[in-house]
Amino acid sequence: MDVLVILIPVSLFLGAVGLAGFFWLLKRGQFDDPEGDANRILSGDYDDKPKS
Amino acid sequence: MSATFEHPSPAVCPACSVTPAAEALAAVPQDARLMLSLPGIHCAACISTVEKALAKTPGVHSARVNLTLKRAMVEADADVTADDLVQVLGRVGYEAHELDPGILASTEADRASKDLLMRLAVAGFAMMNVMLLSVAVWSGAEGVTRDMMHWISALIVLPAIVFTGKPFYVNAWAALKHGRLNMDVPITLAILLAVGTSLYETIHSGEHAYFDAAISLTFFLLAGRYLDYRTRASARSAAQELAAMEVPRAILRHPDGTTEKVNVAELAAADHVLVKPGGRIPVDGYVLEGTSEIDRALMTGESLPAFAGPGTAVSAGEVNLTGPLTIEVTAAGEDTALHRIADLVAIAESGRNNYTSLADQAAKLYAPGVHILSALAAIGWYLYTFDMRVSLNIAAAVLIITCPCALGLAVPAVTTAASGRLFRKGMLIKDGTAMERLAEVDTVVFDKTGTLTMGAPHPVGLSEMPEEAQGVALSLAAVSSHPLAEALAKGLRDMGRLPVPLTDVREVPGYGVEGRWNGKPVRLGRAKWVGADALDMTATFLQIADDTPHAITFTDSMRPGAKEAVEGLKANGLRVILVSGDTRGAVNRFAAEIGIEDVMAEALPDQKAARVAQLAGEGAKVLMVGDGLNDTAALTAAYVSISPASALDAARVASDMVLLGKDLAPIADAFETSVKARARIRENFSIATVYNIVAVPFAIAGFATPLMAALAMSASSITVSLNALRLR
Repeated sequence: MDVLVILIPVSLFLGAVGLAGFFWLLKRGQFDDPEGDANRILSGDYDDKPKS
Repeated sequence: MSATFEHPSPAVCPACSVTPAAEALAAVPQDARLMLSLPGIHCAACISTVEKALAKTPGVHSARVNLTLKRAMVEADADVTADDLVQVLGRVGYEAHELDPGILASTEADRASKDLLMRLAVAGFAMMNVMLLSVAVWSGAEGVTRDMMHWISALIVLPAIVFTGKPFYVNAWAALKHGRLNMDVPITLAILLAVGTSLYETIHSGEHAYFDAAISLTFFLLAGRYLDYRTRASARSAAQELAAMEVPRAILRHPDGTTEKVNVAELAAADHVLVKPGGRIPVDGYVLEGTSEIDRALMTGESLPAFAGPGTAVSAGEVNLTGPLTIEVTAAGEDTALHRIADLVAIAESGRNNYTSLADQAAKLYAPGVHILSALAAIGWYLYTFDMRVSLNIAAAVLIITCPCALGLAVPAVTTAASGRLFRKGMLIKDGTAMERLAEVDTVVFDKTGTLTMGAPHPVGLSEMPEEAQGVALSLAAVSSHPLAEALAKGLRDMGRLPVPLTDVREVPGYGVEGRWNGKPVRLGRAKWVGADALDMTATFLQIADDTPHAITFTDSMRPGAKEAVEGLKANGLRVILVSGDTRGAVNRFAAEIGIEDVMAEALPDQKAARVAQLAGEGAKVLMVGDGLNDTAALTAAYVSISPASALDAARVASDMVLLGKDLAPIADAFETSVKARARIRENFSIATVYNIVAVPFAIAGFATPLMAALAMSASSITVSLNALRLR
């Protein structure tokens, strides 16, 4: 059971990292156009070089 | 591998090539940011066609399409207008409307929904971690281990629940302050009681702690709240901000001949106002100088432009088409006919019965019921055991088990699915209860001009004209911005005609266009002006030299999907009525074509509203579909109302739903979808009720465990959401 002392903080930490990541993505506007992003991978417009 | 790193190409290092561009963009001074609504886009090909077409337009720096919102954001030089871009997109086959980016940029609604999403994420994080710890307890952790799990849960849940539950606490407090009960009161009570008793149990090494139930209750409710908020807020803001508002300004002409732009509110009777071609007349009055034609369609529904010369009475809201007019004001501001229509809207608004949504009906039954139930359980157990701790634990269990998760999700999950489906078909829902009301409709009243028709004439029988006459007509029509001339020019160009060279071409405002062709005088315009007899339908006349004038007639083309919409509604057993301000002949011809038997022609705005009110008085639930100012009162008086995106601002504001595209067919779809949505909502309430009926006896009897509460809550929420998804 001693391993819990490590495992619980680790699980909380990983969860918190995920949460922070979500906040960051939300601020960056990654969820503003989910449908458009899903469709954009189908277009070959920027396959050779990224959009500049 | 190493070679790639030594010579970083743009494909390998996106940031390298993106960053300088971003800096360059930021350095460009004060560009125009334009926002366009694109109701027709739906796939990857649409995105690249639209973005490429926009990017190719001179002056445009960047264009980005948002497929989810069906919008395009354009950064361009300050002199690029939205109208130019709308035309560019029209040429590649996409319908577009201007949006006001200032209001849309970072709206209140946007921030609020991001705020809810943030709380939802925190609740989800806390819920998952606490569930993880709870599994240990459920699977039989004892003594110190259990206490430790409970303590860690408490440490996670306490701050999380203070933060995530805030929207509920605020609403509940507001309701209680006004002496009312709403759905948030039992929610808040359940959360506080659950956390409170669990904390007490944890301190005293108790067996049952409901931390996981409290936080998952918050999570599911926030999810419902978020869905609800997003559907309604985004739809409402977009619908209201479609196209720019009318600017209430007028050009005042002083007696000494100088002109000045003033607010319409500052005008008084006997002032002289200048109205340029294409401008909307801001006041009631009569024409002092100038001749032109005016479009009364939005005020009266008449499809024919009317002649205006000195002495003609005009009213606010009409559009001046061809020549500049000077108008002497007889009434301005609150006394105008336009404003009287606005008053009609206000009266109809106050008469609109307050519709109680299904969710509110459920809440009215639910909130007191739950409180009484858990209070009775607490009192009963206290009298039985004289143990406050046991009785409070039971009360908390009852509140949690009867938790309104499923009830909170029942309506938003369905409306989100249904309005998403309608949005994909090109319909925005502005009012949260509109869909429920639409499901009850049994009568549909349509306006004609601009609603069932495009509101734009198109010429018929052009091919019967001699070929050279067609060329002359095109050359003459091309110089005028009169709607008939524009339609004629477009019709001829579509036939592949080329203009012939003319000399001395000039437009005579109010009459037509004249010029010389091979030395012979040619004229295109009104019947009287070219010496012909007027017809009883929309027509313009072409005269070459002294030959007999050739009549070119026009019809107002039917909107795409109009026939399907009418047939679809009829197939669903609805009564369809046509009410128009246009002349009897035109209305009857059109009604026969589209297949509506019940017709009312030459209706004034208040008669339209009265007709709707009369139908309502007979017990009918009326859906009004209209676009003009003359429809606004009727739109407001109706049980539920729809207007096309091309409608006047006032009409869109007055209606519950807005059609984004040209197509009318979604109306029939909307009706069918809303009937289905109402059925789903009812099913969801039944599901939630069945769960409660099964679970509540356990809770009252004291057999409920945190595991049971978690299972019941998740199971009912998920069933309800899945049931809603069947709509998509």
